[in-house]
Amino acid sequence: MVGEGDRSSQASWLPGAAALALGTVYVIALLAVEKQSFIIGLLALAIVAALAANWLGWLAPVSRSFAEHEDRLGGLAIVAAVAVAAFFHDNHFVLLLVVTVLLYTVATLGLNIQFGYAGVLNFAGASFFGIGAYTSAVLNAHTAVPHLLVLLTGGLIAALIGSLLLLPVLRTRGHYAALVTIAFALLLKTFLEVNDVLGGPQGLQVKGMKLFGWSFNDNLSIGRIDLSFYLSYFVVSLLLLIAAFVLVRRLERSWIGLNLDALRLDETAASCFGLDIARWKITAFTLGNFLIGIAGALFGMVGGFVAPNNYTFADSLILVSILLLGGIGNPWGLVVATVIVVVIPEKLQTIQEYRFLLYALLVIVVLLFRPEGLLPRPVRRYFPGWRP
Amino acid sequence: MSAVLLEARGLSKRFGGVVALDRLDLAVAPNEIIGLIGPNGSGKTTFFNVATGIYGSDGGTVSFAGADITRASPQAVYHAGISRTFQRSRLSLPLSIFDNIMIGNHKRLSQGLWFNLMRRAAFKREFEAAYGAARALVEVFEPQLTGRMFEPVAGLPMIDRRRIEICRALVSQPKLLLLDEPSAGMTHEETTELMDDILQVRARNRDLTIIIVEHEMGVIERITDRCVVLNFGRKIAEGPYRQVAADRQVQEAYLGVA
Repeated sequence: MVGEGDRSSQASWLPGAAALALGTVYVIALLAVEKQSFIIGLLALAIVAALAANWLGWLAPVSRSFAEHEDRLGGLAIVAAVAVAAFFHDNHFVLLLVVTVLLYTVATLGLNIQFGYAGVLNFAGASFFGIGAYTSAVLNAHTAVPHLLVLLTGGLIAALIGSLLLLPVLRTRGHYAALVTIAFALLLKTFLEVNDVLGGPQGLQVKGMKLFGWSFNDNLSIGRIDLSFYLSYFVVSLLLLIAAFVLVRRLERSWIGLNLDALRLDETAASCFGLDIARWKITAFTLGNFLIGIAGALFGMVGGFVAPNNYTFADSLILVSILLLGGIGNPWGLVVATVIVVVIPEKLQTIQEYRFLLYALLVIVVLLFRPEGLLPRPVRRYFPGWRP
Repeated sequence: MSAVLLEARGLSKRFGGVVALDRLDLAVAPNEIIGLIGPNGSGKTTFFNVATGIYGSDGGTVSFAGADITRASPQAVYHAGISRTFQRSRLSLPLSIFDNIMIGNHKRLSQGLWFNLMRRAAFKREFEAAYGAARALVEVFEPQLTGRMFEPVAGLPMIDRRRIEICRALVSQPKLLLLDEPSAGMTHEETTELMDDILQVRARNRDLTIIIVEHEMGVIERITDRCVVLNFGRKIAEGPYRQVAADRQVQEAYLGVA
């Protein structure tokens, strides 16, 4: 472990902490400001600041301190998220946005296992997210299954339905496997629309979460401070994100993460060194859908409603664009990219209708000038700060 | 141990109308270093690909250590104890030196999901042991690279990539090593150095049998016990290098009929 006085460790954790603090203040400001001209000013400021920091070479120390002190900075990131939520403790709209960011990040972490590591491009991310939400709707309405188990079931059902795709996905490669997932997304949407048991095109209501007799949809107050009911969802979503983040990190920093990289980069060479290609693709695809399904199950309860139109191919594209924007394979990049993709269109009402144009532009600019994403994935270190 | 480690009998492989391997018979004894030579397109690499299960054969059999591996998958061939390098370097360029070598160490690493995700202390012990093995191997080939174990191989020159590829093939301690043109893209001096390193590894592990495909005849002469010459997928000569080099048929295959 890297301690306070560890001399062998070269990078300090301070640049990372400073970047985190600045980022937190910035996000709070962005979320608090309402006036459109201020928001545009803030966004311009962020772009200029990022370019300037890059120009001055300030970004390298930040990424080094994240690479070597991930545990500590991860702890600080949790504190930062809690600070943002505390600042907006009575603001329904902002807290819903924050919860959306957290759950979309969990979903993209799932996509990251599939595409970032195993190279299986899944264009049905939103479909598996929706399957999770439908699971909550049905289970919460008709059964007394405890809601934490409902979340787990949402993940399991998404993984199970995803396994229907395994055969075609394993038999095809690259673009063709992606086409299989697109076909699945269209099929699922049509199926949900014509199926009255699941509410047809109108969808279903989802009952809010209840944990240990505590109903999440009641407003809370501590003393004389009123709190938004979304705060409870924030806590559960944050815990889910932490668990998913740790899981993905451990996966990457294990022999399994290495297997996935090896088969993505060269299936033939990987086969010649004993890798069972099908086994690891199945592992990655199933684990990814499981994470996406859990996130969807919770998101369904947060929104209180699920319909086929909420989870379309376009939404799957948003998830994939988050992955491309953030840096394929880098969980930290996904957090940053989800904030950008989810928050900006909500705050910039003027561009709401052009949001897809914005995503398209963003992805093209990133692919042109920074093809590995905003925060490119560093070389694997199995134990941060470990030295022989 | 049987007197024959790898044996091909009547092995054939066709690609459409092209006969890449034509009823090839080949026997390799344990601890031998065999040179597989012949003009371009004579079937040397095809033999490697059929033997390692990348291609299926169109006739004949291959057996390894007494077991039939004609229809074995590449995975099964690796687990049986055959490792290889590729004619065109097939390292995973974005991955580190250590990662690339660990790909070759697959069968000696714990692959369970629970072990990898949840038992991190045990994983760390295995990781440290594997690091030690990889480092020791790299030390033989190029001590300077041991300080760069966690750097991407994309930044390394060709000779270092070759070295890493050979380390990847050796780390699982195979019984048989198939080297496909290790000198391709390297200078004469670099090739000599690489061969010395391979011989050094073999000096420590006398059980290692090697089949080497090579165009550099100096290499073949220096390190092989015996040569097999292929032309149009057929074996046209077999014996010590000096003997096959003097063979009229071999000279014709290489130089054309005068």
